Amino acid sequence: MRLQQQSALKAAQSNELRKRFRRYGQLYLILVLPLAFLVVFNYIPIFFGLILAFKEFSPSRGILGSPWVGFKHFVFFFSNQSSLSTVSNSLILALYSIAAGFLPPIVLAISLNEIKNRFVKKTTQMVTYAPFFISTVVMVAIIMQVLDPRTGIVNKLIVGLGGESQNFMAKGNLFMNIYVISGIWQATGFNAIIYLAALTGVDPGLYEAASLDGASKLQRIFHIDIPMLIPTVTVLLILNVGQIMSATSFEKIFLMQNPANMGSSEVISTYVYKIGLLSNNFGFSTAVNMFNSAVNLIMVFLANSFAKRVGDARLW
Amino acid sequence: MKHKKVRQSATDVAFDVVNHIFVTICVLAVLYPLVYIVSASFSSPPSVVGGKVWLLPVKPTLIAYQTIFKYRQILVGYGNAVFYTVFGTLVGVLITFMAAYPLSRKGMPGRNLIMGLFVFTMLFSGGLIPTYLVVRYLHMVNTRWAVILPMAVSVWNIILMRTFFQVSIPQELYDSTEMDGANELTTMFRIVLPLSGPIFAVVVLNWAVWIWNSYYYALIYLRSNELQPLQIILRQILIMNQMSIQMSADEIMRKQGLVDVLRYALIVVASAPLLMIYPFLQRYFIKGVMIGSIKG
Repeated sequence: MRLQQQSALKAAQSNELRKRFRRYGQLYLILVLPLAFLVVFNYIPIFFGLILAFKEFSPSRGILGSPWVGFKHFVFFFSNQSSLSTVSNSLILALYSIAAGFLPPIVLAISLNEIKNRFVKKTTQMVTYAPFFISTVVMVAIIMQVLDPRTGIVNKLIVGLGGESQNFMAKGNLFMNIYVISGIWQATGFNAIIYLAALTGVDPGLYEAASLDGASKLQRIFHIDIPMLIPTVTVLLILNVGQIMSATSFEKIFLMQNPANMGSSEVISTYVYKIGLLSNNFGFSTAVNMFNSAVNLIMVFLANSFAKRVGDARLW
Repeated sequence: MKHKKVRQSATDVAFDVVNHIFVTICVLAVLYPLVYIVSASFSSPPSVVGGKVWLLPVKPTLIAYQTIFKYRQILVGYGNAVFYTVFGTLVGVLITFMAAYPLSRKGMPGRNLIMGLFVFTMLFSGGLIPTYLVVRYLHMVNTRWAVILPMAVSVWNIILMRTFFQVSIPQELYDSTEMDGANELTTMFRIVLPLSGPIFAVVVLNWAVWIWNSYYYALIYLRSNELQPLQIILRQILIMNQMSIQMSADEIMRKQGLVDVLRYALIVVASAPLLMIYPFLQRYFIKGVMIGSIKG
């Protein structure tokens, strides 16, 4: 009796499921094209990568036919000083970028939020947002022009003040500073948007109550604005640190590289490009990238669960 | 009581003054390099090299722009960039919609699993070489396809669009169209698409700006100079200093400092279209950031 009931229930359930599948059938058909792209350009490369990282690739024998070499590439990677330094360069540059870049947009957002004149506010937002639309190539060209030893404005200022012209791009120890400072110049306006939005959402009643209690603007910032921003800031910071393995830009670093700064500018992504496409060492390049991807996956998962616990926000 | 209020507003006035100064400094810090580049590009080469340009063009001339537009490679690059931006955006937005809309429907069985497949590729990828090999097996290396198709799935834009549908199209709307006997395709074309103007604007702009500005895929997949987009040409000229207008003329230009002015003019020509358009479209970019901050 019970069994009959159960099977009837099951039949009804599967009937329901079938009905839902039929109802959404056309939607599945729509999904076929994006899924095909996903398989061809994302999942097949993952599959290739998982094999290739453990093989010595020979073009004539193809991916499947090439001989297995076990963990050889990974062992080489970890026993090689120059490849290990790409890991530390990547980590230091990413952490430096995050640490130096997280405060300016917050300050800009708080400051903009206090501007009551709509025209001034809109104009400032528009101007500070503009560099975000400059391409990486042009951005690096601007850096090089601005720092040019002969005609750059920075050196003209230094010379004008009685100093000596410097070739900044040729100083390896300055690479990271140039990368980070130009990054702040380019992204602060864009990154301020999200904080400005959080501040716009503050209940105006809070400000009124605070001014009735005699709070100054500065006090309102410290006791209302900043506490309101802390959840957003915390979560963004955690998520940024989680994406540390993919936080630096291949496009920008690759363009900024020169023989003088290679010691601090060679990061994992540029290294993977060079040993892979320029030196044709497909297996090793893939293995290095696999290592990067795996660490990235773990870090993002950790950061995500941490962010979920700390704040209510998450990446997915 | 009254005394207290006056004193407070004095500190508030001081705050406002400092704040306005700060904002002005921010604006100038962004604006000055840009204005300088534009001015230098319109100045006579000797005055740029001689360090006479500070704010406005000195001895204005169009010589740099005239030289640039005689350089065939730049025109070819411009044309290619327009081509890749238009078609890449078209394909990208189509794929984005075709993934985002079905995955936004709450009742669809398997929806979370499929979404997970998309999101996973944001965190883990085969990387440069395996993707390159796939593109090579498809015989797309050094063809226009290679800078349009391999990146057509942008999970970030899919998440953005999916969130928009979930937040702004209520379930009741779907339920009522179903009761009216409309099938899914009718619902999509008649109900959902007419409501999705803003999100299409956001996603189209994201795609267009990204394709116009990036050079990564062209660097990896394209060999022939005839296929290169503007950014690669800019890299050759601005970063690698390969300005191969006739070699004899090159030496003379270098002496006159024309090379420097040309670089400034090239920066202007490459960036002006976006920088001039974006203020009118700014609200869509901001909307994109807002939707992105909502968790789907």
